[in-house]
Amino acid sequence: MSEPTKPVNPDDIQEFRSGMDFFRILCWVAAVCAVAILAWIVGEIFQAAWPAIQKFGFGFMTDSAWVPNRERFGVAPFLIGTAVSSLIAILFAAPLGIAIAIFLSEDFLPVPIRQTIRFVVEMLAAIPSVVYGLWGIFVIIPIMQVIGAWASQHWGGVPLFAGPAYGNSMLTASVVLAIMILPTITAISRSALVAVPKTLREGAYALGATRWEAILGVILPTAAPGIVASVILAMGRAMGETMAVAMLIGNSSRLTWSLFSPAGTLAGLLANQFGEAEGMQVSSLMYAALILVALTLLVNMAGEWVLRYFQKQTAGIR
Amino acid sequence: MSAVTAKADPDFFQNTESRKSTLRAWGNRTLSTICIVLSLLTLVPLISIIFLLIKNGAPLLSWSIFTELPPAAGMVGGGFANAIIGTFVMVGIGLIFAAPIGVLSAVYINEYNPYGRLSNTVRFVAKLLTGIPSIICGVFAFAAIVATTGTFSAWAGGIALAVLMLPTILLTAEQALMGVQSAFREASYGLGATKFQTITRVVMPDALPAIMTGIMLAVARAAGETAPLIFTALFSQFWAKSLQEPTASLAVLIYNFSTVPFPHQIQMAWTASLVLVALVTIANVTAQLVFTKKH
Repeated sequence: MSEPTKPVNPDDIQEFRSGMDFFRILCWVAAVCAVAILAWIVGEIFQAAWPAIQKFGFGFMTDSAWVPNRERFGVAPFLIGTAVSSLIAILFAAPLGIAIAIFLSEDFLPVPIRQTIRFVVEMLAAIPSVVYGLWGIFVIIPIMQVIGAWASQHWGGVPLFAGPAYGNSMLTASVVLAIMILPTITAISRSALVAVPKTLREGAYALGATRWEAILGVILPTAAPGIVASVILAMGRAMGETMAVAMLIGNSSRLTWSLFSPAGTLAGLLANQFGEAEGMQVSSLMYAALILVALTLLVNMAGEWVLRYFQKQTAGIR
Repeated sequence: MSAVTAKADPDFFQNTESRKSTLRAWGNRTLSTICIVLSLLTLVPLISIIFLLIKNGAPLLSWSIFTELPPAAGMVGGGFANAIIGTFVMVGIGLIFAAPIGVLSAVYINEYNPYGRLSNTVRFVAKLLTGIPSIICGVFAFAAIVATTGTFSAWAGGIALAVLMLPTILLTAEQALMGVQSAFREASYGLGATKFQTITRVVMPDALPAIMTGIMLAVARAAGETAPLIFTALFSQFWAKSLQEPTASLAVLIYNFSTVPFPHQIQMAWTASLVLVALVTIANVTAQLVFTKKH
């Protein structure tokens, strides 16, 4: 496709222009590929999971035994572990993340300090999951052992705090998960808060509201759908988070009420067992992967839907 | 009018602090303090992680770390040169697949057919792909490649990373193309350029820095991922001779070494973490710099 330097026959140009646009076709193929990949992923996993789906059916999700050498597979404990660990993580991360988002969108402290905090949160997002795992093993686990021992000694009667307190536990994994999903909540909530029109805030101030009356009465309610979306999307991330959880949660299929006991998640199960699995175990793990895909897709679609609703709504105000 | 105001609140023009207003000011200050304290709290985990990375990781940093093979269980010395090479190779394989598909799809959905059904589907699928857990990329590569070829390989790891990188590259490239002013395109058409010429000579050069930013961000993310590699590329103590054998990577090395009972291996996991975080940070910073140079 070089520059025409000498006079060209006009007919050639005409043919060149009206001919097939190969680049367009190339781009179209790439776009189709991008769509096909999702279908391929789901199809491939479904196909590999088919023997287990046939054998266990929906009972797979309610059976709580995972005994590979007896060919008994059920993911109920891991399903519950996934839900509980991400919910606890949200419980820690949501208030913190929303507070940081408010802090970043208000002018409490000078800009350099806010920039620093923003940079810190972005750094937290950049640290690899496995490094969080390593850090968790050497920092959070010892802390949790102390807290767990104390709590089970004083409130041991409550099933949630029952002993013995292990380091590798549901609570340990949840705390690290909370740190890992903090950037998601902060980033999306912040952009939701920043998107609230200035006129609303000024209106609130003009009516004599204090800063926090304006935040709680006007700004947060307006940004609420965006903040809810941030929490839902963060929940999706927490459910799929693998390495740090696999290294910290203890990977047990025993169901207990205690937060200080080892537990397991779907992603952790996959990470631990895929390497040396064979036969029906591979198929069952594929089934577990399929459930994980379905769950995260559902949660993410819900999050995206709320986010889109929010964007439409604020577009109307502005 | 003034009579009405006076009736409504006799203290309105007097600057006396009523009990209610002190309470409001107090509540305001308390909430601000809580908010600031919570925000500063985020510094704690980051400082702790960086401090421990340097404290535990730096002592083992030496030239041999970058040139030697990992030590066998319980042995001392050695390095993780093969893991560094493996990480680069697999991220490279991922990039070879993900970058063209991602950028060309972005060109299609933004330049050729922005409002078409296929384009909306691509956007939707890309959003869904960003939400798919990284371990699922590994499961997919296991089913598609490891199960059919019968061996763990760098190819399988690379493909898993490609799936992981694709949505990031696609969506950032779309944003980059959207950022190109439509006046540029119109001027190009006005001068008689074809669509292809407009895209390759006007739109792409203008969007390139932002596209590169997206690619670097994807690279940074992929380099740190462990989950897609643990059962696709697995791990190896030796130099990889081909792309069709188990291949070491920094992330999997950290995972494997962090769960063994040997202090030297654990320290090596810290050193590898330090190197990995440094690499990821360099990739991220490069991404930001490439972008800011342009705009």
